[in-house]
Amino acid sequence: MTTPLLGIGPDPLDVGRLAAALEAGTGAEPADDPGRDGAVVTFLGLVRNHNMGRSVRYLEYEAYEALALKAFARIDTEIRERWPSVRLALHHRTGRLEVGEASVAIVVRSPHRGDAYAACRYAIERVKQIAPVWKREYFEGGDVWIEGATANPDDARARAAAERVACA
Amino acid sequence: MRVTVRLFARLRDIAGAAELSRDVAAGATIADVWRQLEGEFPELARYERSISSAINADYARMDSRVGDGDEVAFLPPVSGG
Repeated sequence: MTTPLLGIGPDPLDVGRLAAALEAGTGAEPADDPGRDGAVVTFLGLVRNHNMGRSVRYLEYEAYEALALKAFARIDTEIRERWPSVRLALHHRTGRLEVGEASVAIVVRSPHRGDAYAACRYAIERVKQIAPVWKREYFEGGDVWIEGATANPDDARARAAAERVACA
Repeated sequence: MRVTVRLFARLRDIAGAAELSRDVAAGATIADVWRQLEGEFPELARYERSISSAINADYARMDSRVGDGDEVAFLPPVSGG
């Protein structure tokens, strides 16, 4: 079974399989030739055992999956606009995740490392801004929904902020 | 006309349901659907300024009109990653 480059669901993340899928490419355009690439950057976001002074027991992730896939596709498009030679693979996990497990996996390829690092950072910043995903934190003594940014994909200031962080 | 409302995270907890079916007036906007829900679940009111909304799994502005059979979603501030 082929691994889609963009995905969301309860299965454990496998960054190696994601990297292989990205290397295989889609074959749709010359820029998908993996031979032109000189860099692969991967990012795994992990469940941390502490947050805001609380001891975290585990997290539960919920998503609006159909919209999340569209948000990921939008991030992919934004990256191609900003870094035309970069290729992205991005999976987010849902459901109960224990401390140390990966909640998000990002793989980026490009001819040169600078673009790959920048685009990878941009991708995770945009996930946090516009992906319809929520985590409920179960900590010692209670639980709480974590609420971050109001998702607005058309907010140019948020997009510019993500780009600034990526290119710092 | 009738729409399906989807609620996520804390909004789902407040309403006690992930999915609701509601009758709305012809020409109603997403904001109208939200106000109707606020009437039913007053605790939702504090999210009025921070929610995002979607129609049929595409982000949409609160002033967008909804159609019969549409899926209207309300999203509290996101926390993925």
